Amino acid sequence: MRTLDTKEIADRIYAMALKAGVTLTPSCRAALRQARDTETEGAAAFALDTLIANAELAESENLPVCQDTGMAVVMLEIGQDVYLTGELLDDAVNGAVRRAYADGYFRKSVCDPITRNNTGDNTPAVIHTHICAGDKVEITYLPKGFGSENMSAMYMLKPAQGVEGIISAIVQTVKNAGSRPCPPVFVGVGIGGSFDTCAYLAKKALTRDVGTHSDRADIAEIEKQALERINALGIGCQGFHGRTTALGVNCEWAYTHIAGLPVAVNIQCHCIRCERATI
Amino acid sequence: MKKIVLPLDKNCAEQLKAGDSVLISGEILTARDCAHKRLTEMIARGEELPFPIEGAIIYYAGPCPAKPGMASGSCGPTTSSRMDVYAPQLLDLGLGGMIGKGEMSDEVRQAIVRNKGVYFAAIGGAGATYGKAITKSTLLAFPDLLSEAVRKLEVRDFPCVVAYDCHGGSIY
Repeated sequence: MRTLDTKEIADRIYAMALKAGVTLTPSCRAALRQARDTETEGAAAFALDTLIANAELAESENLPVCQDTGMAVVMLEIGQDVYLTGELLDDAVNGAVRRAYADGYFRKSVCDPITRNNTGDNTPAVIHTHICAGDKVEITYLPKGFGSENMSAMYMLKPAQGVEGIISAIVQTVKNAGSRPCPPVFVGVGIGGSFDTCAYLAKKALTRDVGTHSDRADIAEIEKQALERINALGIGCQGFHGRTTALGVNCEWAYTHIAGLPVAVNIQCHCIRCERATI
Repeated sequence: MKKIVLPLDKNCAEQLKAGDSVLISGEILTARDCAHKRLTEMIARGEELPFPIEGAIIYYAGPCPAKPGMASGSCGPTTSSRMDVYAPQLLDLGLGGMIGKGEMSDEVRQAIVRNKGVYFAAIGGAGATYGKAITKSTLLAFPDLLSEAVRKLEVRDFPCVVAYDCHGGSIY
């Protein structure tokens, strides 16, 4: 048994949130550079140049890469040999997010869904906790913008639709989104599970680096084929046409019911901000 | 690259073609979802708007707070299609054009043609770049909306692409 004060988790999340707001992941930057190197369409190349320069400016001057500093999505894998002490975990996480958004001069974008009143401090965060083996706590921090989140979709496919149905659903979602979610997009896909777990898997897929593939060969093939078909759509950076409509497609899967084939497609813009840490 | 100094007159709007890369300087106004809802409610009640709409350029954006010593925080465009329901009425009332990102509805395109307006696409995600291009920011209306309040921005060399021109052309 290991004793861990939730303050330690909160302090780490605070630092991760501050860094994530101003920094694109290395795999995102590499993918943007590759997109630029292969782009032949003038306006799309101009947009990609602007984005690459913007990422450098944001990091060097410690400015938010994008003004949509997102909803704070926090995934915690907590070893079952960890005994948490101190402030309630959710309160500690929200406190860290509150401090980071104030100290980082980040935008506060969280509001009541009906009254639309802003909570003023970007809390509550979206917190997912899972219990795993061991005595460590793994933290994944993903600030999620909503221009892209709005273009996400959930499908309850029939089992008969199979792999082709899954790929079509992914491609159709990106096609429907068009220029609106800030392409080139990064696509997180959940396959299987129940309605709720499927959506979670799609979000979790976005925490895997761009350019990585599923350990399962058949699912890795879905990722590759979906990406190829998305990039054949020709939407391009910002919808200005061109070769790169998506930087990557990542799929995560779970066992599902004999009657169903849930597919969740979570769209992330090209501004991929994600931090990981282990305590 | 074409340089545009606001206010934009109709002659200048007529010379812009979808796909042109431009650098915009001058005065623009921020407004997004909640502010648009309030503006259209004010129009319905016959009230005076917090800014003269004739020839104005609305930027669909909600900035980050400004760091000390800066005029504005990061301030890239938000998705314009959420303002599809509001834009035609504002264009008919004299709005000169909009800056945002992504395609808008056919009704908006028709209103742009009808009123010789223009819709510029800023590069979504380049928030730091746009924030640095803002030299002055003044709160004009709805301070309770925080980042969604209406602000008057002075901008210098805002990089944009003409998305919809007044001849019906579109980059999308």
